Amino acid sequence: MTVSTLAPLQTLDSYRNEREYPFCPGCGHTFILNHLEAALEQLQLPPTQVVLVSDIGCVGLSDQYFRTNAFHGLHGRSVAYATGIKLANPDLHVIVLMGDGGVGIGGTHLISAARRNIGITVLVFNNFNFGMTGGEHSVTTPPGAITATTRTGNLERPLDVCATVAVNGAGYVYRGTSFDKDLPDRIVEAVRYDGFALLDIWELCTAYFVVNNDFGRKELLGMLDVLGMETGVLQKLDRPEYARKLQDVRKRPTDGDSMSIRTIEPLYSSPLSRKLHVVLAGSAGAKVRSAAKAAGYAGVLSGLWVTQKDDYPSTVKSGHSVSELIFSPAEILYSGIAKPDVLVLISKEGLDQVRHLLAEMTADDLLVTIPEFSDVPTKARKLVLDPRNSGIRVTRTNLSLLLTATTLRALKIFPPAALEEAIRRFQARFAEENLKVVQAAATLLASVDVPSITL
Amino acid sequence: MTREYVDGATAIARAALRSGCDFFAGYPISPATPILLHMLRELPKVGGVGIEAEDEIGAISMCIGAAVAGARPMTATSGPGISLYSENIGLAIMGETPLVIVDVMRMGPATGGATTTAQGDVQFIRWGTSGGYPIIALSPSSVGECYLLTQRAFDLAERLRTPVFLLTDKDMVMSMATVDVDEYHDIPIGSRPRVPPAKPPAADGTRINAVTGRPDGRLRPEETYLPYDFEPIDVIPPTSPFGGPHITRFTTSCHDEHAFLTKDPQKVARLNEHLRAKIESRRHELEFGLVDRCEDAQVLFISYGTTARAMREAVARTRAEGIPASALTLHTLWPVPEQLIIDAARGHTRVVVAELNHGQYAREVERILYRHAALHRLPPPTIISLTRVDGRLLTPEQFLAELPSPQS
Ligand SMILES: Cc1ncc(C[n+]2csc(CCOP(=O)(O)OP(=O)(O)O)c2C)c(N)n1
Ligand code: SF4
Ligand SMILES: [Mg+2]
Repeated sequence: MTVSTLAPLQTLDSYRNEREYPFCPGCGHTFILNHLEAALEQLQLPPTQVVLVSDIGCVGLSDQYFRTNAFHGLHGRSVAYATGIKLANPDLHVIVLMGDGGVGIGGTHLISAARRNIGITVLVFNNFNFGMTGGEHSVTTPPGAITATTRTGNLERPLDVCATVAVNGAGYVYRGTSFDKDLPDRIVEAVRYDGFALLDIWELCTAYFVVNNDFGRKELLGMLDVLGMETGVLQKLDRPEYARKLQDVRKRPTDGDSMSIRTIEPLYSSPLSRKLHVVLAGSAGAKVRSAAKAAGYAGVLSGLWVTQKDDYPSTVKSGHSVSELIFSPAEILYSGIAKPDVLVLISKEGLDQVRHLLAEMTADDLLVTIPEFSDVPTKARKLVLDPRNSGIRVTRTNLSLLLTATTLRALKIFPPAALEEAIRRFQARFAEENLKVVQAAATLLASVDVPSITL
Repeated sequence: MTREYVDGATAIARAALRSGCDFFAGYPISPATPILLHMLRELPKVGGVGIEAEDEIGAISMCIGAAVAGARPMTATSGPGISLYSENIGLAIMGETPLVIVDVMRMGPATGGATTTAQGDVQFIRWGTSGGYPIIALSPSSVGECYLLTQRAFDLAERLRTPVFLLTDKDMVMSMATVDVDEYHDIPIGSRPRVPPAKPPAADGTRINAVTGRPDGRLRPEETYLPYDFEPIDVIPPTSPFGGPHITRFTTSCHDEHAFLTKDPQKVARLNEHLRAKIESRRHELEFGLVDRCEDAQVLFISYGTTARAMREAVARTRAEGIPASALTLHTLWPVPEQLIIDAARGHTRVVVAELNHGQYAREVERILYRHAALHRLPPPTIISLTRVDGRLLTPEQFLAELPSPQS
């Protein structure tokens, strides 16, 4: 019959096209594809709604013999393409055609697809070797089997494909052979199953495995027993399908719009007439970056241009945390800092990171720190702040903000209200406690003499 | 004076959403993770899909599958992840798949420095898959440009059905910067050409190709159009998503117009010429950059990404002191914007190419300018490669040191 060009959802009498299969005589691939053809005829799905995703290998040629959509991708990745296709359009019927070679190289995709229970159907054309490349051994080659790469017999244990996906949550798992008369029904069942379905179908590679091992239908069936691998439907679970579940999650209430531009109009002004480089050097997990960010927002609220660069180890709660801030009345192009004008030294971990900066600083610059580091050698002038004079209980996590706020207050690059507004507006979650810290900065600053700084 | 205090990751994710991105698959890696987090948080709100894949190969594979099913995908990673993307970048080229790939460069090789800025992937992304086919790569040098060039990447990926790289770095993506909101420019985002609805057969029964609207004897019974018909050779072939009104075939292998495997030398040659020509013939549309020429300057600086910022600062400083210098900020890295470079270099005796690698783009500039000089029998400029690979940025002082001293 011919396909109407006007009715895309029409189904077909035959889902096969006129092209002949290219496989060797007796190749199991032909038998399995005949079963697939029969299954598609039973299923009566619109061919525009079916996608055959083929892997690499002889089996990778298979998609070219059907009148459905087709995706022929890279070796081992067919399950991942199928996942993407299903996620983009959960209404599609996605059927993967892969070999035992694809199972080996793409094992992680298979396991993850099973864990997710994504609604795709995987047909494993399992002929215990790489047909296309010349009969090398694969992950399913039985022990002792002779292949191009196991000339004295395979020493590896064969992968139990079904058990692997089953234990990892695959919704539907079946093992059989290309000789099974009921294979079309099982394929129909698998495609109709709303979740991840895998059929491990054992078959003969007549060009290699059969020849190398004097192997035929009888030996294949016998090997199921020898290896103790069960056949039939091995698992059928009642688990939600992943692509639909993801759609449901979309309907849950979220945190609203967090992507639109958060505009800032200057509310305050700044006397700053040059670029001011400020470095905060403290410990990871001690809220150095968040103190820097509050300072940055305060600068922008005061009409300044600000950049902030953070450096911390990948273990985010231990080691150093250094934030570099630049405040400027004009646009900042280069955002590196060779020498800080002001260094706020908060902890030992911070000190170890900024020794090279301390060495560069001159008598025009300012080091702000706590009594513990009052002796660090530097040419910069020092402002030593004793947190005990702040009137609040100082902890590891509020010290960074306390010293930053006190420094900004001393520098007078913008009014203290700017920092408070920045915290209220951009760090609302911790605003209450952080505003107390900012107010304590006034008390702390009053306890010391502040060296004069030219802005 | 309305401003925003923001990082590049936010600008990239925001621009992706504005461009209609509805699919993101990625695998966590510094310094690209912030983009993954933004996309996974935001996509469900707009009816899209965001997923953390099992690995980078899975991530890009899912994106390609989704694209063929009609989605507008993006993925983001860093050097180690690009290595794992490699084979699938080739698939995206071969199958003509729209896909935006963000590479947030970090120090390499191998695991290198996870949070250390570098620009070492410039040649890697160009030649990062087998076969040597052209790719497009754009490189922003400000947060505003992150926003603009991400949109451009989507526009080009869609219209040209090809993977497009947004090549950026840790400093651009993870540092906070102040942005004048006037810097945010929106551009119209195109779509991949779509196959029109099928048409009834002609009076004599010949079937009509939905793309050309003409009777087409080449159509197979199940076909309503030819998925890979290149007439003229650089045409972007219209496509139809899986689940749409047409049957669509997609393949990784050398293919004929039906997407069937072929070794026919004529068809293979035509396919390969098409993949080259579809980018090459559009070179002139792809030359993006910022030329800041100064008359009677001897020196032209060329840079891109974060490094271009130090260049622009250096140029502003030297001009303030009365010593002229020109600057070219490249926004397109691939294909090499040849005309832009030739025009910018005209009249300069010294061209300094600055980048955070061992001079990967300097060799492109040398190639372009030396060839141009040879063809036109002109004296070539001296080309200097200014590099830095210690994880720190090139400083304005390093640029200024390349200027002739005032006396000379
Ligand atoms: C990344 C990659 N590595 C290696 C190959 C070469 N290759 C082609 S087919 C194949 C094995 C296929 O075996 P299997 O999946 O069992 O399919 P069969 O040929 O047996 O049907 C390999 C390794 C490839 N195409 N891609
Ligand atoms: S080599 Fe093996 S798998 Fe490939 S077609 Fe021949 S028999 Fe089949
Ligand atoms: Mg095999």
